[in-house]
Amino acid sequence: MTMGIASDPETPAIVVEDVRKAERTDRIVGTIQRQGALAVLIVLTLIALATFPNFRSFDNAATILVAAAPPMLIALGMTFVIITGGIDLSVGSLYVLGGVLAAWASQYGLLAAFALPLAVCGTIGLANGLLIAYTRMAPFIVTLAALLGARGLMRAISSEGSNTYLVQDDAFRKLGNGSFLDIGYQVWLVAALVVIGMVVLARSRFGHSIYAVGGSEDAASLMGVPVRRTKVWVYVLSGLLAGLAGAINAAKLGSGVTVLGTGMELDAIAAVVIGGTLLTGGAGTIAGTIAGVLLLGVIQNLINQVGNVNSNWQQVISGAFLALVVVAQTYLVRLRRVT
Amino acid sequence: MALLEVIDVSKIFPGVRALDQVSFTLKPGEVHALVGENGAGKSTLIKVLTGVYQPDGGELRYQDEPAQFGTPMDAQRAGISTIYQEVNLVPLMSVAQNLFLGREPRRLGLIDRKRMDREAGEILSGYGVTTDVRRQLGTLALGAQQMVALARAVMIDAKVVIMDEPTSSLEPREVQTLFGVIRDLHARGIGIIYVSHRLDELYQICDTVTILRDGRLVHTGRLADLERIKLVSLMLGRDMAEVRREGATAFSGAATADAGAAPVLRVRELNSRHKLHDVSFDVRPGEVVGLGGLLGAGRSETIKAIGGAYHLDSGGIQVDGKDLKKPTPERAVRFGIAVQPEDRKAEGIVPGLSVRENIALAVLPRVSRFGFVSDAKVDEIVDRYMKRLRIKASSPDQAVGDLSGGNQQKVLLARLLATGPKVLLLDEPTRGIDIGAKAEVQSLIDELAAEGLGVVLVSSDAEELVEGSDRVVVLRDGVVVGTLTGAEVTTEDLMSTIATEAPREH
Repeated sequence: MTMGIASDPETPAIVVEDVRKAERTDRIVGTIQRQGALAVLIVLTLIALATFPNFRSFDNAATILVAAAPPMLIALGMTFVIITGGIDLSVGSLYVLGGVLAAWASQYGLLAAFALPLAVCGTIGLANGLLIAYTRMAPFIVTLAALLGARGLMRAISSEGSNTYLVQDDAFRKLGNGSFLDIGYQVWLVAALVVIGMVVLARSRFGHSIYAVGGSEDAASLMGVPVRRTKVWVYVLSGLLAGLAGAINAAKLGSGVTVLGTGMELDAIAAVVIGGTLLTGGAGTIAGTIAGVLLLGVIQNLINQVGNVNSNWQQVISGAFLALVVVAQTYLVRLRRVT
Repeated sequence: MALLEVIDVSKIFPGVRALDQVSFTLKPGEVHALVGENGAGKSTLIKVLTGVYQPDGGELRYQDEPAQFGTPMDAQRAGISTIYQEVNLVPLMSVAQNLFLGREPRRLGLIDRKRMDREAGEILSGYGVTTDVRRQLGTLALGAQQMVALARAVMIDAKVVIMDEPTSSLEPREVQTLFGVIRDLHARGIGIIYVSHRLDELYQICDTVTILRDGRLVHTGRLADLERIKLVSLMLGRDMAEVRREGATAFSGAATADAGAAPVLRVRELNSRHKLHDVSFDVRPGEVVGLGGLLGAGRSETIKAIGGAYHLDSGGIQVDGKDLKKPTPERAVRFGIAVQPEDRKAEGIVPGLSVRENIALAVLPRVSRFGFVSDAKVDEIVDRYMKRLRIKASSPDQAVGDLSGGNQQKVLLARLLATGPKVLLLDEPTRGIDIGAKAEVQSLIDELAAEGLGVVLVSSDAEELVEGSDRVVVLRDGVVVGTLTGAEVTTEDLMSTIATEAPREH
């Protein structure tokens, strides 16, 4: 594959300008972009450890992780979608729908409890992807339609939300409440999926295609990247992960709760962006998304620790933090361009 | 053996024959210059070769077989790569990822990053790019990005590489590196189509030349056998038959400027990276100063810079003796500078709005009080300019998009004049409008100058430029290479000034 052209020794180097300085600036800025959320997470955790004795317990850490498991799955799918330059608003509804379907299907066994929500949510994701990739409609509108549709579907099968299906299958319930090494099963499951997601994004051609599509769709298609196929797949993945998140949440709660999940899609978007993924597409990491999800989880947990503070303040703080991150991102991107 | 052959290809767009039975042959290892002014058909030809457009007539042959490229991807797969001015890579991805996208080396199904980075480094050093290949591509200098694009093209077994103005954003030493690479490609039998307006470069690097004008082939042959002056006149000149048919221009030719008057516009040593170098000239009231030169010589950039719409690194602009510091479009208008942009559809008129609304856009600040617009005042101004510029519209409420090109241009002029300018900068004021309207716009320019406006005129039509201007400032590669005054203002003098060889830089 090496086809370099024999270089004329006289040929002057193109990038002679303060290469090293530019490279260093670039590296530093890039690191802040990628690891900023992680740094803030560590600082916040340290402060919390020092201030709140209850935060320090192993149980509390396990609680944070268990609570973060479903949002992490949704944010994982959202990371893929946002890197392609898209957005998926349907995941909150799919999450609830997945939960209700899983609880209902659990009467037919463990396998059905997973298969049904995955099949339905994956199909809705596929429809999203096909519409976005082939009709070039805006992802915002397509997935907004799916949000409304999935919510309606959920209400229809649960009689306006009044009918709560209880989880029938013991194995399924055990999966939601059991633990290995004192850490809930669902955390292990999510961790495994996250690792797979990281490998796919960073080390597979599909992953590189995702970055290319988000970075410049025109260039990507000229370079032979299967733009449409890539787009379809990220929405399918996003739908599947949202359905799975709903299923494991139903397993934990022991029922398909119909009222939770509103706004989950926005929390996921917030976590992804806080984690350093560009909303305009083309750049981002799953490691950043993990930090973003945990950061939102820790803020929530701390506010619960303080006790007498209205938990709605969590959203105020998350919102302010999100605004800060977006401003910082804009600045960092510009700084990088100048170098 | 011909590598790529175009035989009698035509391409027709509504109202225009963009390509009229053009033939063209590229041999292996040949560096073939493709030249022509705006609208000559170069980009259409390139788009036909790369599968963006389908020809309406004629034949395309590639490696001695009839060829048809339905999409740009088809052409690329066949081995025809294009390096665009706007680099077509993904700026947010790393240099190595861009180079290998879609054909990354893999181990156990996963991308072997170490190997990819190592090989990318090796390949790129052959192109004079020595940088950390893990850097984001977008953080590299434009020249280096272009080299990455070129390296990628060659890597995917390109047999034909089309370069569209590859040097327009390069430093001189980067240009030499590019030439080194081109010579290597030449030695490896890759055919190169080289589009540029820099004559010095063409003569340095190209073997053959094809000149297009108005969609037709006017010359093809060995470049070394063609004198510069001949090349320029073939690019710019109009056929005698055409001149007889259309008549000359409608300019009166009489100078209206008072030679002793103080300049209304004084431009001093404008500099902008790569594009303008110490550009200076004066315009007196009533004078039409033409800016001559080939495409890319810096004419449009100069006009835009004076209008505050193009970045300047340094330079001074004075209107009526007052310094225009840090020009922005808004400040330029306030100083009395009106700019008619080259692309009137994209940057000038608003086609969906009416004639009245288009003209009123410019005068809103003057006719509004406390944010409210006085209809009566707008009507008065609109009426005045519609009469004065003889705008033919069914009513002031007709949408500008429905008017003919010439009338659209007049609406734009009306809007500029309504701001009460002292200086009028016109970039290709008669492009794309029919002969009759052309003459009208030309005599309007004369009239406006006679009324005391200072006018700067840019036109690729050499006749129009010399007949319309009292003086012509000739630019080449962003440098003023000469000024034609009085009896020198002729197409012959213009061409010979453009064609003079630049002093060698090495």
